[in-house]
Amino acid sequence: MTRADRTPAPATTAGSDIPRPPRQRRSAGGWLLIAIPYAWLVVFFLAPFFIVFKISLSEIAVAIPPYLPTIDLAEGWSNVVAAIRQFSLENYIWLTQDDLYWKSYLSSVQIAAISTLITLIVGYPIAYGMARAPKEWRATLLMLVILPFWTSFLIRVYAWIGILKNEGLLNQVLLWIGVIDDPLTILNTNIAVYIGIVYSYLPFLVLPLYANLEKLDVSLLEAASDLGCPPWRAFWTITVPLSMPGIIAGCFLVFIPAVGEFVIPDLLGGSDTLMIGKTLWTEFFTNRDWPVSSAVAVILLLILVVPIVLFQNQQQRVAEKSQ
Amino acid sequence: MAKKPIGPIRRDFAPWDDPQARPYIEFRNVTKKFGDFTAVDNLSLKIYEREFFALLGGSGCGKTTMMRMLAGFETPNAGEIFLDGQNLAGVPPHRRPVNMMFQSYALFPHMSVEANVAFGLKQEGMPKAEIAGRVEEMLSLVKLQDFAKRKPHQLSGGQRQRVALARSLAKKPKVLLLDEPLGALDRKLREETQFELTDLQQDLGMTFVIVTHDQEEAMTMADRIAVMDKGRIVQIATPSEIYEVPNSRFVADFIGDINLMECKVTARDGEMTKLHAPLFDCAIEVAQPVEAGIGDTVWFAIRPEKVRISFDEPEGPANRLSGEVWDIGYLGDVSIYHTHIAAEETVRATVANRSRTVERPMSWEDKVWLSWDRDAGVVLTQ
Repeated sequence: MTRADRTPAPATTAGSDIPRPPRQRRSAGGWLLIAIPYAWLVVFFLAPFFIVFKISLSEIAVAIPPYLPTIDLAEGWSNVVAAIRQFSLENYIWLTQDDLYWKSYLSSVQIAAISTLITLIVGYPIAYGMARAPKEWRATLLMLVILPFWTSFLIRVYAWIGILKNEGLLNQVLLWIGVIDDPLTILNTNIAVYIGIVYSYLPFLVLPLYANLEKLDVSLLEAASDLGCPPWRAFWTITVPLSMPGIIAGCFLVFIPAVGEFVIPDLLGGSDTLMIGKTLWTEFFTNRDWPVSSAVAVILLLILVVPIVLFQNQQQRVAEKSQ
Repeated sequence: MAKKPIGPIRRDFAPWDDPQARPYIEFRNVTKKFGDFTAVDNLSLKIYEREFFALLGGSGCGKTTMMRMLAGFETPNAGEIFLDGQNLAGVPPHRRPVNMMFQSYALFPHMSVEANVAFGLKQEGMPKAEIAGRVEEMLSLVKLQDFAKRKPHQLSGGQRQRVALARSLAKKPKVLLLDEPLGALDRKLREETQFELTDLQQDLGMTFVIVTHDQEEAMTMADRIAVMDKGRIVQIATPSEIYEVPNSRFVADFIGDINLMECKVTARDGEMTKLHAPLFDCAIEVAQPVEAGIGDTVWFAIRPEKVRISFDEPEGPANRLSGEVWDIGYLGDVSIYHTHIAAEETVRATVANRSRTVERPMSWEDKVWLSWDRDAGVVLTQ
């Protein structure tokens, strides 16, 4: 292939009878560049997923590893076929029979949804304030939002125990002010889980929302005001619809990890806080039932794929619109 | 018979000459500062009902700040603004009976053309059926009926400008503010729209205040023009007065093209003033009384199209110069002759190209005579 072949043909006007040049071939370097992320996904996502999926079709056993059948490629093809014959959907059927599982899923989604809503209510004013702050302040404010990431996530969640427990900081302050007479029981309830999730995931909502709100043309708000729209109504008719892409991006970034959250409900939630992450942990470590816990994980993934696909679609639409 | 200045005499309309007339918009000693920068400096201004008023000036002269104060987006540091007798201090933008067409158009990108135009009417709480009627009326006014369902990003620049105009007119405001309304349009479209806007203003009987840096825009559309510089108004007058009788070198130089000659007053004789321009070694007679004593420095200003250029020596001792053609700018309709007088001085003369051929065309380095009438130029004292 000569160099001249590779230079793109000049753009032809629509309707001209000059045939379009054939699509260019990618060079080896180009293929390699595309292959890297795919290879990454195959090795670190697809392969582990298939391993988990395979285990979910197996049967619990007192063995190492604790399930049957195991596939040993050294024993030849017949062994693999025999193993596949033994696979069953029994574990998935089991998930529908014991109401613990669907209750856990439902409760996880519910807790994640409520937390996401609270995060949005808390995060929107923060992002809005940052976007409207004087330019020289914005970098500092952005820094402050990211600052908590410099401490370990686990330690920050642990710290909330000290704040929320009965004789903790919050209760002491409230008692001292005289707002309450008896300490509030917050720790080991769902409220503590909400607080933990909102606190931990707030930056994930604030950052995309801020990026969106910063781009908002102030003259649109002036135009609305000029046409007789009071500021609060301009907020709902102009600012909110135009920041919808930021709201959706931020909410998904909170909702998706919150559904599968384990650390926060485990440390802050009570014994009756039902979340799928905790159920999975119990199945895996306490019951040592790898096949069932694998099935739980696969179903969790499917539940999350739905909002992710919705999110992707929405992003695509935004991208198309801005063209 | 006394001569009258030429100009676009569209109608018998001059409330500013009537001391009894009540101003519709009034700025009283308004000052606006941004930090150390004084955008508007102790400025007073009266605009009358049904007037098409232009604020003209270069960037940073304060013209946009004036408009934003009127719309309510900026608050003056000192002074007051009245609209129809009402002090606007403390009235938020959404309560002012003023609508603005933004320079960027500021169309709501998530709303259709229709919804953009209807926006202001909805805020008023107008019934739905009535809104639909008004939107249709406005869209047909700007000839965009077929584009009602489109989003702003699906329109061309000119169409967006029309939507912005329709949106700002929809509420039929008492005053329409236009911030560089034609800036983003190409020349043909701009010229067309200028006349459309003038007609529209006449038909609707509204007061228009336009901010622009484009003198042509201001000249063709406005009843009166305020030329602004450094937060102050240098001159307020009709377009023809601004052009023919500028009150200062700044205005004379800012509007159009002009030849300026530094002169000494040599004689004053009633309506006649005699000057001498030392750099041109030229005696000048002007049919205009001048507020300056003998020997004072003044400036004689004459527009290039009022200078005659010829091979023949003109009669009379004054108002004539001999020189050499240095450069010729051929613009099609007119030609501009840059004529060198003495060493370094240049005088420009514009000649309309009335016929397609001439017997003896002027060329570079031709010796020519320049001359003008006594009432062709003006004497400026500042």
